Amino acid sequence: MIHKYKLNGYNIALDINSGCVHVLDDISYDILDYIDGNMEKECPCDIIEKLSEKYNKEEIVSCYNELYELYEEDMLFADDDFLKNAAEKLKEYSPIKAMCLHIAHDCNLRCEYCFASTGDYAAGHRSLMSYEVGKKAIDFLIEKSGNRRNLEVDFFGGEPLMNFEVVKKLVEYGRQREKECNKNFRFTITTNGVLLSDDKIKYINENMHNVVLSLDGRKEVNDKMRKRVDGTGSYDSIIEKYKNFVSQRGVKDYYVRGTFTRNNLDFSKDLMHMVDLGFKQTSIEPVVADEKENYAIREEDLPVIFSEYENLAKEIIEKRKNGQFFNFFHFMIDLSQGPCVIKRLKGCGSGNEYVAITPEGDIYPCHQFVGMEEYKMGSVMDGSFDNEIKEKFAAANILNKPKCKDCFAKFYCSGGCNANNILYGGGIDDPYDISCQLEKKRIECAIMIKAALSE
Amino acid sequence: MKHTKTLNTKTLKETACKGGCGECQTSCQSACKTSCTVANQECENENNK
Repeated sequence: MIHKYKLNGYNIALDINSGCVHVLDDISYDILDYIDGNMEKECPCDIIEKLSEKYNKEEIVSCYNELYELYEEDMLFADDDFLKNAAEKLKEYSPIKAMCLHIAHDCNLRCEYCFASTGDYAAGHRSLMSYEVGKKAIDFLIEKSGNRRNLEVDFFGGEPLMNFEVVKKLVEYGRQREKECNKNFRFTITTNGVLLSDDKIKYINENMHNVVLSLDGRKEVNDKMRKRVDGTGSYDSIIEKYKNFVSQRGVKDYYVRGTFTRNNLDFSKDLMHMVDLGFKQTSIEPVVADEKENYAIREEDLPVIFSEYENLAKEIIEKRKNGQFFNFFHFMIDLSQGPCVIKRLKGCGSGNEYVAITPEGDIYPCHQFVGMEEYKMGSVMDGSFDNEIKEKFAAANILNKPKCKDCFAKFYCSGGCNANNILYGGGIDDPYDISCQLEKKRIECAIMIKAALSE
Repeated sequence: MKHTKTLNTKTLKETACKGGCGECQTSCQSACKTSCTVANQECENENNK
C-alpha cells in the first residue's frame, strides 16, 4: 500500500507498511499508477505502452528498475505481516505511566472555547487539589506503574499556578519517592501565564521537563477568546512573561501553544506572530467544540485550513534554508528514529496508560472526560479502580478501527484521540472525521518538509 | 539512484521485533491535549535504535 501525492513541487510516495518515504521524478511517480502492489523483475510491456507518449522506453525501464530495487528491499509495497506479532504484544497489560494532575479546577481566565467550562469542568464549583490528594495520586501512579521507569505527571487545570505551593510540594514528594522506587518522574506544566513571576519562572525552568504556555497568536485573536474575569484580553499581561520565561529556558522543552477557531482560519499568521515574538517551539491546535458553537471548525473550512498548513510548511522550509529555526509541533516527524510500530498501533494512551485525577482524587481516562460520570474510573482516595473501563480503552487500536484500515496516516496518528472519537466521532473505534482530515494534511506537509530539507 | 530519493531506510517492520517497551512519552503529555500525534515521539528503547 502506498500513498502518493504532489505538494509544493515534490512528488512523494509514502510506503505505508514500511514507513519509507520516496521522493520521485515525474516518470517514477507516473509509473506507480500502473503497479498494483506486485512487481515483476522485468518492466511490464503495458506500462511502457501506457507511458510511451510521455516518456521514452529507456527512461521508463530505468525508473521501473529503481522502483523494483526498492520493492525487493521491502521499502515499496511492503506487506504488513509483522502486524500479527505486534498485535499479540498489544494484548499485554499496560501499566499506568502518565497522569494529568488537575491541581486546580479554577482559572483566572474565562476563555470562550474552554473544554473545561472555564476551569470548573462543569462541576458547578471551583476547587484546588490538596497536598494530601496529590500525594495519593503520585502513590497511585507508582503503584500502578509496574516495571515502567519513566513516569509523567502534568500539572494541569484550570490554571495550575493558582495552586503553585502544592505543585512545588508534590514535585518534592515525587523526587523523594522516585529514589525509593527506582522511578524517573518527568514533571510538566500547562499554564496560561497570567501568574508567572520571576520566582515561578526560575522554579519551573529548574524542575519541569516540558512546559506548555498558552497563547493564541495575534493580540486581537488571543483577546477575542482568552479573556480575563473582567472581560478584558489576556495578551498584554502574558507576553513579556513568556519572553522572560523562554529567555531562561535554555535547551529544555517548551511549547507556546495556541488554539485556532473558525474566527481565525488564517491561523498561520498567528503562529508566525509567535515566531516573530522569538518563540521557537510552537503549536496551534484546532478548537475542540460542539458543532453548534459558532467558532467550531466545520467541514467547509477544511480547504482554507489545508492551505494554511501549507503556508506554515513553506515558512518552515524558507526559514531553515536561511539558517533560522522554529518548530511547529504537528510537523515534527521522525522518519528514522520515531516510535516503534507497537506504540503506533494505539497512540492515545488515555484510560489505559494515562489517566486524569481531579482535585477530589477522582480518576478519569483523560482530562477531556473529567466530569462525565459514566467515565469515572475510581478514586485515589479509596483505592477503587475500574479495570473494565481500562480494558475498554486498552482494546482501542488501529487494527480495530475500520476507517483506519486503509488510511495512509494510520501509523502516524495511531487512530486519533480517544476523547475526540468518543465525544465528536462515532465512538472509540470510529474516528472523528474532521480530526482525521486535518491530521492527514499535517502529515503530508511534515513529510514534504523533510523532502525539501533533504536537498 | 537517479529517479528516486529515499529519505529513510529503517522500516516499521524492524521496530516490531524489539519495540513495545512502553518507556516513551505518552502522546498527550507534550503539546496536544486535544488531539493525537504520535510520529514525533522519541523512542527511548536503546535496543531498538
